[in-house]
Amino acid sequence: MTTTSEPPKAGFRLSQLLYDSRYRSLTIQVVAFILLMLALSWLVSNTIANLAALGKDFDFGFLGQRAGYDINQRLIEYTSASTHGRAALVGIMNTLLVAAMGCALATVLGVLAGVLRLSKNWLIAKLMAVYVEGFRNIPVLLWIVLIFSVLTEATPQPRDFRDGGPASMILGDTVAISNRGVYVPAPFWGAGSTLMIAVLVASLIGIWLYRRHARKVQQASGRILPVVKVSLALLIVPVTIAYLAIGMTVGRQEQSIVAVGASSGMTLAEYGAAQPAINACIVPNSTESLKLRRLLRSQDLRFTLIPVADPAAAIAGADSGLCNLLSIPVSSVAETMPADAVALTDTIRRGYPVEFERPILGGFNFEGGLQLRNSLIALWLALSLYTGAFIAEIVRGGILSVSKGQTEAASALGIKPSRTMRLVILPQAMRVIIPPLISQYLNLTKNSSLAIAVGYMDARATLGGITISQTGKELEGLLLLGLFYLVISLLISSVMNVYNNRMKLKER
Amino acid sequence: MSDTHAQTVSYVRETMLPEAEPPVSQRGAVRWVYENLFSGWFNILMTVLSLAAIYWVLAHTLPWFLNGIWEAGSLSQCREIRDATLGPDASSACFAVLTDRWQQLLFGFYPSEIYWRPILALVVFFVAIAPVLFANMPRRALWFTAVSPLVMFYLLWGGSIWGPVVVALGFVLGWAAWRAFAPMAGTLVGLLAAFLLPVIYFLYAAGTLAGELDQALPIGIQFVRSQDFGGFMLSFIIGIAGIILSLPLGILLALGRQSNLFIINKVSVGFIEIIRGVPLIVWLFTASLLLNYFLPPGTNFDLMLRVIIMVTLFASAYIAEVVRGGLASLPKGQYEAADALGLDYWKSMRLIILPQALKISIPGIVNTFIGLFKDTTLVVFIGLLDPIGLTNTIRASTDWNGIYWELFVFIGLLFFICCFGMSRYSLYLEKKLQRGHH
Repeated sequence: MTTTSEPPKAGFRLSQLLYDSRYRSLTIQVVAFILLMLALSWLVSNTIANLAALGKDFDFGFLGQRAGYDINQRLIEYTSASTHGRAALVGIMNTLLVAAMGCALATVLGVLAGVLRLSKNWLIAKLMAVYVEGFRNIPVLLWIVLIFSVLTEATPQPRDFRDGGPASMILGDTVAISNRGVYVPAPFWGAGSTLMIAVLVASLIGIWLYRRHARKVQQASGRILPVVKVSLALLIVPVTIAYLAIGMTVGRQEQSIVAVGASSGMTLAEYGAAQPAINACIVPNSTESLKLRRLLRSQDLRFTLIPVADPAAAIAGADSGLCNLLSIPVSSVAETMPADAVALTDTIRRGYPVEFERPILGGFNFEGGLQLRNSLIALWLALSLYTGAFIAEIVRGGILSVSKGQTEAASALGIKPSRTMRLVILPQAMRVIIPPLISQYLNLTKNSSLAIAVGYMDARATLGGITISQTGKELEGLLLLGLFYLVISLLISSVMNVYNNRMKLKER
Repeated sequence: MSDTHAQTVSYVRETMLPEAEPPVSQRGAVRWVYENLFSGWFNILMTVLSLAAIYWVLAHTLPWFLNGIWEAGSLSQCREIRDATLGPDASSACFAVLTDRWQQLLFGFYPSEIYWRPILALVVFFVAIAPVLFANMPRRALWFTAVSPLVMFYLLWGGSIWGPVVVALGFVLGWAAWRAFAPMAGTLVGLLAAFLLPVIYFLYAAGTLAGELDQALPIGIQFVRSQDFGGFMLSFIIGIAGIILSLPLGILLALGRQSNLFIINKVSVGFIEIIRGVPLIVWLFTASLLLNYFLPPGTNFDLMLRVIIMVTLFASAYIAEVVRGGLASLPKGQYEAADALGLDYWKSMRLIILPQALKISIPGIVNTFIGLFKDTTLVVFIGLLDPIGLTNTIRASTDWNGIYWELFVFIGLLFFICCFGMSRYSLYLEKKLQRGHH
């Protein structure tokens, strides 16, 4: 008996597209693709029609136009004459600034609260539970608004800081918390500051090398080298020595003040009295600017500071008549000075590599120092406290996720409790903690767009706010803004993927 | 053995002594206090620091709170009362703003004589959600759940009864088309009919039908404009509408992301990542500034509706990730078993996979809802009057100019109660579900 088991030689039938599982998925995808394209083209044609009806076009030329508005906090040079693109950049930098500050503080707060919530101390564990639940269950916007109004409504005005006033500065008269912002000492960078930073970087590398060495020694021989003490010493001692050494040698040098149109042997006071106005060309945030300003103030002279990029630009400024007073290091004085410039008898000291200027109460407000605006502080604190509450739960969950047997096994091996935490618990807890931690960082960055509630000039306020309302380019502005956030979140999530892959349990 | 020993040695005690109490330091409250608060210098330091922190906070807030003045017409009157009774330097809250304006904080500018309608809508919501949240309710109650969105819509906005009825008719039409065509011409035709007929009906017939019916038989209740909605009511409406409407879309997106079909997978992934990568506030601005660009020229509709659409899209991406987690956590055997039974994709999803995956995802969905509910406060930036927006409105009146903390405390407390309650529920659910699975 023979059976023919040959398959029927049917050709391709159209119904196979629907009923044959080999082709059906293709059919579905093609249909889905066509529908998607139709929907997209519908949206695009609607948009084109609407734009045409409003007489608008779709181009990004507005980024090159003059912005014409001021931004009160900027990390890069910006004036109202700059372009909208530059304004967007300032906003982006501000977003990144508050996000970075927030992530740092939130991590500290979160780790602290998470660990303390597991503490044996009942009181502090409950206190941390209250913190976590309180912040997690109330909208972050309310916290931002609340902290901002605490800062603006419940803090003293600058005039309250006068002698006999109700308010006083804290931390040894260096920090003032007022309703116009928090004033902290501002750093000024002088001769040798680059050298000092180089020393710092070198010590950091040294610490890293030493730690690697210590781990190798420990793994090879079991001998435990003192890591913390040596690291601290490496961090502090070289920088301190460099700071003091530069301050004692170069810093002791006197630096002449050169004035245009002065006669030789004149003091600064005489020169100030002879000139209608003093315009000083000075590199901003340099110790020279600090010292010169102090000297001018102590002589009760009125002056204007003209910021320049470097000593050469200061000389050029004096040449062109932009300013009539400058003070630059000795080496660059002699050959290039303008002809009628004469060194005055007053001199200033070059000073330490870093010097701080304290905020001092002036006429109506604080002068000098660094003003941290309430908007920044409120946003920073609120975002950090809010995200910190979430991070605390993540940290707690991570530590709890390591089974008790691990601690017991470590004790059985004779490892000290402090080492158990560092060598056994934390590496395992980190695997659980890091991925949600990174997504919290992402949330914080996105939540920083709530800056609008306190008037902080972030990317949404510049690019997605004033620029849009001035140019009427809603579509382009919001598109760019969305892209900015999207790029950040994709970057962060790709970092997370890399980490997850590296940390994946290696199973055979 | 011991008996013999007892008889031979006369000085061995025959009975046990009664158990002695542990020393005072080792029992009861004293031991608890010692172990939990004062064991070791670090613990003591912690206790002292915590006590100091608690004292500092209470010293600053408690007098303010306890001295609160509940009966006054304005902030200045509050201050007068305070000066008269407590002295000018005393710190005292002016809770009178809450007794004066609590309705506004809860309902916005909704007409006060019909407050029963939003309240009834909330009750309807709870009744509708009960069969979903508690498995031991009768299954028939799910029919009420299906109808409840229209009931809530009608209660909130009011107007002619025929609008919701006509909309409901559209869904009935789709269902009827499915029942009529599916057995006759197959699933695909049935689905197409069930989708296309209602769409055609909504586009061309529904509007006129509602108009005609209204003219023929005008039945209705007072219509309330969206602009009058505000306060916690608004937060609830946006949050609840967003989460309910986003569930179907979120489930579809999750299935799409799990799917093997290349295009569907990539489209779902792209949608989810784009939505999640951009903050809600940017989407809200898109809703208020841009949505009209994407729709046919001349379309212009309610801002609140636009916000609900955007919030729905936003929440669906988050729901999709939650459901995806649920789908991924199912053992592979469930999928294979469904295939082995010969079920097609939709049947296996509907009967085997989704009931289990959704059950696992409920805590995550509740957490998404908590997040969304808190995020509804962001609508203040596009001009809707959520509770935080209302604080500005209240402060803008001359009576209450300069009042901050009392309003913030009230709003924060209400949000806390809602969100904390929900998070406890989701924790409880998580524990319950865990027990079911091990």
